[in-house]
Amino acid sequence: MRSTATGIAVLFLVAALTGTALAQGGTLRIGMTASDIPYTGGQADNGFEGLRFVGYQIYEPLINWDLTHGDRLAAPTPGLAESWSVNKATPTLWTFKLRNGVQFHDGSPFNADAVVFTFESVKNKDAPQFDRVGASNTGFRLSLIKSVRKIDDYTVEFESVKPSSFVPYQLLYLLMVSPANWAKVGKDWRKYAESPSGTGPFRVTRFVPRERLELEVNKAYWNPKRMPKIDKLVLLPMPEPTTRLAALRSGQVDWVEVPPPDSITALKGQGFQIVTGPYPHNWGHTLRLDKAPWDNKLLRKAANYAIDRVGICKNLLNDTCVPGTGVTYKGHPWFGNPKETYEYNPEKAKALIKQAGYGDGRRPPRAVHLISTSGSGQMLPLAMNELIQKNLKDVGLDVDVQPVEWNTLLTRWRAGFHTPENEGLNAWNISLAFPDPSSAFQRFFHSKSVVPTSVNTMPYINPEADATIEAAEKTFDVKEQDRLLGKLHEIIVDDAPWIFIVHDLNPRAMSAKVKGFVQPQSWFVDLTSVSVTK
Amino acid sequence: MWSLVLRRLLLTLPTLLGASLIVFAMVKLAPGDPISILMPPDAGKAEIEAVKEALGLDRPLPVQYLKWLERAVVHGDLGRSIATRRPVVQDVLDALRNSVILAVASSMLALIPGLALGTLAAFQRGGVVDKVVSAVAITGVSVPHYWAGIMLVIVFSVQLGWFPAMGGPSDPGIGPYIRHMLLPAVALALIPLGVITRVVRSAVLDILAQEFVLTLRVKGLYTGSLVRHVLKNASPQILTVMGLQFGFALGGSVLVETVFSWPGTGYLLNIAIFQRDMPLLQGIILVLSTTFVLLNLAVDVLQSLIDPRIVRG
Repeated sequence: MRSTATGIAVLFLVAALTGTALAQGGTLRIGMTASDIPYTGGQADNGFEGLRFVGYQIYEPLINWDLTHGDRLAAPTPGLAESWSVNKATPTLWTFKLRNGVQFHDGSPFNADAVVFTFESVKNKDAPQFDRVGASNTGFRLSLIKSVRKIDDYTVEFESVKPSSFVPYQLLYLLMVSPANWAKVGKDWRKYAESPSGTGPFRVTRFVPRERLELEVNKAYWNPKRMPKIDKLVLLPMPEPTTRLAALRSGQVDWVEVPPPDSITALKGQGFQIVTGPYPHNWGHTLRLDKAPWDNKLLRKAANYAIDRVGICKNLLNDTCVPGTGVTYKGHPWFGNPKETYEYNPEKAKALIKQAGYGDGRRPPRAVHLISTSGSGQMLPLAMNELIQKNLKDVGLDVDVQPVEWNTLLTRWRAGFHTPENEGLNAWNISLAFPDPSSAFQRFFHSKSVVPTSVNTMPYINPEADATIEAAEKTFDVKEQDRLLGKLHEIIVDDAPWIFIVHDLNPRAMSAKVKGFVQPQSWFVDLTSVSVTK
Repeated sequence: MWSLVLRRLLLTLPTLLGASLIVFAMVKLAPGDPISILMPPDAGKAEIEAVKEALGLDRPLPVQYLKWLERAVVHGDLGRSIATRRPVVQDVLDALRNSVILAVASSMLALIPGLALGTLAAFQRGGVVDKVVSAVAITGVSVPHYWAGIMLVIVFSVQLGWFPAMGGPSDPGIGPYIRHMLLPAVALALIPLGVITRVVRSAVLDILAQEFVLTLRVKGLYTGSLVRHVLKNASPQILTVMGLQFGFALGGSVLVETVFSWPGTGYLLNIAIFQRDMPLLQGIILVLSTTFVLLNLAVDVLQSLIDPRIVRG
C-alpha cells in the first residue's frame, strides 16, 4: 500500500518535472533494426523495415495490405483505389477507380494526375520528376507494369507487359507522392524527403538523419476506421541488438524489433510483452542441384528428415520460430498438401541415404555450405548452423559451414554458384520473404529465373513447376490461383531443392503500456490501432 | 617555427592521398558490394545494372578512384553516400561535431583525474596510494571500453534509469545533449585515464629525481609550489600523450559509439564499412586523417611554446 502511494507520488513528480501533459493517445517510440532513417521521399529503402515504419505510415499505395488480422495471411485490400478490374477482352489492361476526397499532407488533392506522376517518377527515366532513389527502391517491383494513363480525374488504366494476375501485388509497393509538394520544394527529391507529403495516417514533424524521425497524426486522414490512437510516433534506428534491448529496458523506447532470443525469458519476467506470429519468412539452405551430393533427390530428402526443427526453435530460439517443412507454412493458402512432411526422423533419413547407395561405411561426398555471421532476417546463423551440421552428421551427411559477413553472402549469392569463388560450394543459407506469388515461387523455381536473370541459383528446372507457375499467373480467379500455387508447393516440397528449416515468428518486445497491437501475418504493421497508456 | 608549420601542412597532402588510396583499395579488395545491401534480393539483373551505372560503379577501379579524387580536390565535393544519397560532407561534419564534443568531454574526464592521480602516486611512491592508483590505471587500460559501456548502461540506464541508454539528444538544447553524452564519455575516458595516470606518474618521477628538484627542496619550497614546477617540466610529455588519446577518441571510438548509437564519426564509420559505402567511408577517413595530422601539429607547436628547449625544424 505504502509503496503504491510512493509510486503514485513519484509518478506525479516525474510528470511535473518533465512537464508532460497526460495526453490521451500518448507517444509511441520504436527502436528499429535499420542503421539509418529509411528514405522519406516516397519509395522507402532499407528493405521491408523501411516500408513497414516509414513508407506505409507516411504514404499509401493504391492497394493496401489488410493488416488487421492475426489469424490469416495479410491480403490486398482497397487503399487509395476503391476498386480495380482487369479488361476481359484485353487482359493486359487494368482499370483502377480512385478514392475521391483524399488529400496529401500538403493539402493538395490525390487524383489520377498524382498516380501518373508517381508511376513516372519511378519508371520513366526521361520524366522531369524521375526519382533515382525511388526508382532503385521500387522500380524492380513494378516489372510487370509498362505504363499508366489517366482516363478521368478519378480513373486510371495500367498496361502490363503480359497478361498476369500478379499485377495488383506489384502495386502494393508503389507509394503515392504529391506532385504539388514536389513543385513546392523546388522539384528536388532530396528536399521532398526533408519535408515529405503523403496521404498516410502519419505526417513527419522532425527529421534528424541517422538519429530520429518524429511523426504526428494526420488529422485529415481519409479513413476513419484507421485514425491513429496515438498522438505521436518516434522512430529510432538501433542496429545493435544489445542497444535496442537496453533502450527498451531503460524506458527510452516502448517497442523494439527483434529482441535477442536469449533475452526473451528475462523480458517476460520484467513485465514486457513479447509479440510473435507467423509471417512470410523462410530460413533454410538453398541447395546446388547440379553437383554431388545434392544432385541426388534421395539425399536432399534425407537431409530434410535429419533436422530437429522443434529443438532449434524451442531450445535455441526461445520459441521465436516454428518448424519449416516447405517454402510456406501450414495454414498458408499456398501450402497445399505435400506428401513429404519432414518431421525429425533420423531413421528415415538413414534409410533414404542407404536407398541412395550409401551407408555401411560409404558416406556421400562432403558438402560446403556458405552461411552468414549475422544479417537482416538471418536470426542466429552461427548457433543454428552448428546444430544443423550436427543433425546432418548424425545421419551420415557431412557438411562444412563457411561463415562470411552478410554483405558478402548476398553478393556471392546473387552471382550464382558458377563463379570461381563459388565453384566449391554446395549450398547457401539465406533467409527470404515470400509476400506474393512472384517472390515466393517465380523468382526461385521457374526455369526462366535462372541466374543471372533472377535468383534461381540452384538451378531448379522442372517443366511441371514452370507450367503450374504460368497457369497460376494466367488465372484471375483468386481461389483457383491459391489451388494452383498449393499444387506447385507440393511439387517443390517433394523435389526438396532446399533444406527447409524454420519460419521466423517476427518477435517484437513492447512495454506493458503498449495496447491494441495486432501482429499480422505480414512483414508490415498497422500502427493506427496502437495506443500507449501513461 | 612558422616555416615548420608550413612544411608540416604541406606534408599533410601526401599523407591524406596515401590514406585515401589505402582505404579505397581495402574496401575494393574486401568481398561484397554496396548494391547487395542497397537493392533487395528480388531485384532483377537489369535494375541492378542500371543502379550500378547511375552510381558509376560499373567503371574500372582506377577510373572510379580518379573521378572521386578529381571531384574532391577540384570541387571540394566528397560526393554522396551510396546508401542514403545525402551529401557526404554534411553527414561527416555533423558526425564530426558530435565526436569532437564527445572527445573533449572524455578527454577532460581522463585528464583531470589522471593528472591528479598520477601526481599523487609519484609523490607517494611505493605507498598505499601509489598501489591503489596503479591498480586503477591498469584497470582503466585493460577493461575493454565497449564492455565498460554496456556495464554503464546496465547500471545507470536500466537499473537506475538516470541516463538514456543510447542515441543522440532527443530534444534540442544543452541539457538533453549532456544527458545523452555522459555515459559514452565516461566509457571513452577509461583508457586515456589509465594511460595518462601512468604517464604522469612516470614523468613526475623522472623530474623528481632531477637535481633542480633537490635544490628547490633545499631552498625549503612548499610541496604545492614544488608540484607546479614539476608538472610544468613534465607537461610536454603529458601533452604528447593527451594529443594522441584525443585523436584516438575522435576516430577510434567505433566500438563505444556503436554500443551507444552515438551519432559520431566512429558510428558512421561502422555503418559505412558494413554497407560498403565507399564515398562515405572515404569522406570520414579523409576528415579524420586531416584532424589527426592537424592535432599532432598543434601538439608539437604547443610543446615548443611550453618548453623552449624543444626546438623543431
